[in-house]
Amino acid sequence: MSKRKEMQIKKRQEMVEKNGIIYLDNVSKSYSTGSPALNGVTVSIMPGEFVFIVGDSGSGKSTMIRLLLRELTATSGHVYVMGNDLAKLRHGKIPKFRRNLGVVFQDFRLLNDRNVYENVAFAQRIIEKSAKDIRKNVPTILATVGLAGKYKAKTTELSGGEKQRVALARALVNRPSILLADEPTGNLDPKNSWDIMHLLEEINEAGTTVVVVTHNREIVNAMHKRVITMKKGVVVSDQQEGGYIDED
Amino acid sequence: MKISTLFYTFRQGFKNIWRNKWFSLASVATIAACLFLFGLFFAIVANFSHIVKTAEEGVSIAVFFHDDNDLCEKQGHEHVEGEVPSSQRIEEIGKMIAARSEVSEVKFISDDEAWATFGPNYLGEDYDLGYLENPLKGMNSYEVFLSDVSMQGTLVHWLESIPEVRKINYSEVTASTLSGVNLLIAYISIGIIVVLLAVSVFLISNTVTIGISVRKEEINIMKYIGATDFFVRSPFVLEGIIIGLIGAAIPLAVIYKLYLYAMEFLTEKFTVLSNFLNFLPVEEVFHYLLPISLILGVGIGFLGSFTTVRKHLHV
Repeated sequence: MSKRKEMQIKKRQEMVEKNGIIYLDNVSKSYSTGSPALNGVTVSIMPGEFVFIVGDSGSGKSTMIRLLLRELTATSGHVYVMGNDLAKLRHGKIPKFRRNLGVVFQDFRLLNDRNVYENVAFAQRIIEKSAKDIRKNVPTILATVGLAGKYKAKTTELSGGEKQRVALARALVNRPSILLADEPTGNLDPKNSWDIMHLLEEINEAGTTVVVVTHNREIVNAMHKRVITMKKGVVVSDQQEGGYIDED
Repeated sequence: MKISTLFYTFRQGFKNIWRNKWFSLASVATIAACLFLFGLFFAIVANFSHIVKTAEEGVSIAVFFHDDNDLCEKQGHEHVEGEVPSSQRIEEIGKMIAARSEVSEVKFISDDEAWATFGPNYLGEDYDLGYLENPLKGMNSYEVFLSDVSMQGTLVHWLESIPEVRKINYSEVTASTLSGVNLLIAYISIGIIVVLLAVSVFLISNTVTIGISVRKEEINIMKYIGATDFFVRSPFVLEGIIIGLIGAAIPLAVIYKLYLYAMEFLTEKFTVLSNFLNFLPVEEVFHYLLPISLILGVGIGFLGSFTTVRKHLHV
């Protein structure tokens, strides 16, 4: 490894130790029309934390996730993820960066023309894992999310809860440092919602930083995790072991 | 790129075609229809060009030299003052004519050869009865064939500047008509080919855009997981190339059969035409049409998929 690269890694590690694995430093994001989606947001999330981000529609939660994924860039301020200043990340480096992030969406976003196994294996293929590794890793992660017996099933034959488990397995198979979940229980019934949240908790206990954007008041109040509440693009509260704050 | 990734790309490319069979079929049909029209037009234009070229090759200029006064009187034509060239000088002039870029062939016609051709053509088989000697004696000439009929004026002008040249026989009307037709064919074919290509690219890129837009979600998912642009794009581009290749192969096969049938039909039904209409053999048409169509099909498939996927890659 070159000396320059070693220095870069060291600098990133220092940044993570000092400011957290996710650090938004006075971040604002404006779209061409309307008021800013984020307005001077400063948030720091340390490695291994479990954080809920809550707020009404239009509060800026999804914009924050899109900034963390480097789908968007901040209008002002800095977004650091794993010590990387995302504004300085070139287009060609984004895929490699995203491989350290697991991401789960409300609408699952599975490849519906492929079965369960292929959906999860796909995440391994893009990082050019060998066929032998894929054959070993995919069944292991499917067993972790409780889908060992359904690896051949088509995604269209699965229930909402099962689809979200597949999405989780896909997000986790490459062992990411951070898991971002955007409304992961939004399309699920209470039982499946709790199953997914328990899985996320287990994943967090294994060392992965978990950030969950949600509207689910019951889950947020019951889990006693850190809760960041947003309103109109601003962080209005940040509580350790907090609950869902009524904004009215 | 790992070999397993390469195989994966190939597998996905072929699977995509099957998975999206209706889109694939629509794309193949659009490319095939456009290239069929292009091929048909190309075959017609190639034949027109060939017929005109053949006619052009038959256009010649006859160059006559000064002869001595006595001969002129004997032959009954008006004597034109000028230098009477020696046979060595005639040969030299022949070489000068042959060296010109607009000349494809120069044939020396001796006075005896001229009489042997002229006599039977105009006086019948017993043409030499009553003639003790060749009445065209001393009328050696050159028959000059042009490589480019539009340059006839330039050549004639140059020939006129040679003092030994007495007379030049040429048809200005034939030359200007042929070069006019040639130019017209060139303009029409360029115009129609440009329009056809523009329409093809528009139709095909629309079909490809619709097909790939449906799979925008799939591309987004791949990008969120961390797939590189190359990894996402490769199967789509491969799919585009295969569709383009099939889209080109179908009209080529149809045109091949159709061309053979048309040639047979025209030669059988219109025997009069076959005397002066010299059609190109199918191999000669396909010598150009095959690579052009394949390049167009593959190129359109490649570019269409490449640019359309690119629009969705900035996620």
